[in-house]
Amino acid sequence: MEKRMKVLLVDDEEEFVQTLAERLEIRGIQALVATDGVEALHLIEEETPPVVVLDVMMPGLGGLEVLQRLKTSHPRMQVILLTGHGSTKEGIQGMHLGAFDYLMKPVRIEDLIKKMAEAYEAFAGSGTREGGAA
Amino acid sequence: MRNLISRFIDINQGEERSSPAWYQRFRRRITILVLVITLVPLFLMASINYYLYQSAMETEIVTPLKAMINKTKHSFEMFLAERASAISFIASAYSFDDLANQNTLNRIFQAMKRNFSGFIDLGLIDASGRQLSYVGPYSLMNKQYADQPWFHEVQLRGKYISDVFLGYRKFPHFVIAVQHTEADGRFWVLRTTIDTSTFNNLIASMGLDASTDAFILNRDGVFQTNSKFSGSVLDLCPLEAPPVSLEPNAMETRDSQGRRILFVYTDATTPPFRLVLIKRHSEVLKSWVAFRSEIFIVFTAGVILIWLVVVGLIGAMVRRIEESDQKRELAYHEMEYSNKLASIGRLAAGVAHEINNPLAIINEKAGLMKDLMNIQGGVVDTARFQKLTDAVLNSVERCRAITHRLLGFARRMDVTIETIDLNRLLEEVFSFMEKEAQHRNLVVAMELAENLPAISSDRGQLQQVFLNILNNAFDAVRDGGEVVIQSRAADEEYVLVCIRDNGVGMSEETLRHIFEPFFSTKKGHGTGLGLSITYGIIKKLGGKIEAESQLGKGTTFRVFLPLKRQDGGK
Repeated sequence: MEKRMKVLLVDDEEEFVQTLAERLEIRGIQALVATDGVEALHLIEEETPPVVVLDVMMPGLGGLEVLQRLKTSHPRMQVILLTGHGSTKEGIQGMHLGAFDYLMKPVRIEDLIKKMAEAYEAFAGSGTREGGAA
Repeated sequence: MRNLISRFIDINQGEERSSPAWYQRFRRRITILVLVITLVPLFLMASINYYLYQSAMETEIVTPLKAMINKTKHSFEMFLAERASAISFIASAYSFDDLANQNTLNRIFQAMKRNFSGFIDLGLIDASGRQLSYVGPYSLMNKQYADQPWFHEVQLRGKYISDVFLGYRKFPHFVIAVQHTEADGRFWVLRTTIDTSTFNNLIASMGLDASTDAFILNRDGVFQTNSKFSGSVLDLCPLEAPPVSLEPNAMETRDSQGRRILFVYTDATTPPFRLVLIKRHSEVLKSWVAFRSEIFIVFTAGVILIWLVVVGLIGAMVRRIEESDQKRELAYHEMEYSNKLASIGRLAAGVAHEINNPLAIINEKAGLMKDLMNIQGGVVDTARFQKLTDAVLNSVERCRAITHRLLGFARRMDVTIETIDLNRLLEEVFSFMEKEAQHRNLVVAMELAENLPAISSDRGQLQQVFLNILNNAFDAVRDGGEVVIQSRAADEEYVLVCIRDNGVGMSEETLRHIFEPFFSTKKGHGTGLGLSITYGIIKKLGGKIEAESQLGKGTTFRVFLPLKRQDGGK
């Protein structure tokens, strides 16, 4: 049996992020939760999750800024952006900053897990190639 | 001059241009103006021509008539003088005894008749007035003339030429009498009668056409010759007698039937008579009448042509103006509409975000319920489910609040006036931007005056206005910037809304152009229509907008709105 996938969920909507975490747990994924950018960066330092699901629009430290910072400190970490915004502008901007992909809210859990698995594989692949470990 | 014209055709009088009556009046005034400036010269030309030609025609016609009548007068004078001389000559050449002799007198008379036309008879009258000898068709021997006026006349002047009369002879004739005085003081008179048909011959020699009448009048206005139209010899001339003129004179008058005639005459002194020539006016000026009708036709045709062209052209022109005005109006409406769509597009993104978040929550909560049911095999943890469904309902409530707010955002483009609480409207508009402000950490201060009077205005249009200005303010400030929305009563008729930001500001040059359509500093995005439409709407609502800005320090927009919407819309 392979190791349990560990992800960090970051969103200012606590109701959303907690419930999503619970559903992921049910599906055997270890989900960490942060409700703002600062907490997210803190958890990233502590837990170094290979995959981060990041809401773009957050008061205070925004999603794109968190993405920028974690990419400089943990370039291998894969980020899936979540956006509620109607436009794809932020998504594209995020891709330029090195996000793995972006999804529009509300998202079907199957799609999210599939995307997370892909991101995890990308993380693992980059790890074996670069010889790093997590 | 230009002012005068434009005032006349009402171009710059600030009235609403869209009403059909305006175009009608505009067309009417231009038409009148153009007709006046084209027809007046035409009319003047025609009248000047008319009078010039009239006077030229008259001179041309009257002058030859005068010459002719003068010539004829001389012929008459000559004719009479000739015969008077002949009689004088006989009186001097022959003695009393010769003339008293019937045979000698007859011989002389025959010689006279051979040399001069018109003589009817010849007689000698002694100082007592008795006819001593006589040659002629009548038996006038020993006739007594002593108490006849002409006998006294001839004694007085030595020579006498009578008017035409019928006398004993019962046909028109006149008399020439000459007195001869002997050395011893005795005198006698030689008298002859002349047939007036000779006058008629002289008149006939003028060669007049059928429509022209010529005759001789004595000093009492009695016909001495036949007139074609006015009467016979010895009738009284019915025409009014003009004053004596020795030179030929022409005048226009009317004949007894009231027709216009040309009356040419001249007077002679010895004997006093008047030669008259009458031409019917229509005959005289036949070519003039033709010319007059030509001028009339040309003038009328000109007027009709000018009228048609002017009315047609101006009609087409005004129609074009009206059409282009309508097109412009339409284009403006389209602009307004596309601007509205643009700002709605911007809103939509924000709104989608706000709706998608609660939807995402519902999605997860419902998904979790399903997961739980699958795991627990249909056994439901009621308390847990209660919490989950509450969360779902909460999110639904959030969505509904947003959609309701959206519905409150009026979509209509036409102006519909209602009573508006401006403060609430500003809050409403801001609520659309609130999320953006939150995410960008903008400090938005609402400084709304309490007891702000309600205004009569259009809700949708005002939302549009403040949304535009707020959008600009949000674009101008950096994240963490400051925007102040202020409302207060400006004076008794206006309320004032100030929207101030501490953003990038504008240069004076930019500030001068911000209300012009298609002027934009947002390269790439922005239609350049926002503020020009804002300006248009505020004007339409009877208010005004001012902008004040300093580069690097920020911008303030002041919107003045009337409490009551003024009539006329300007």
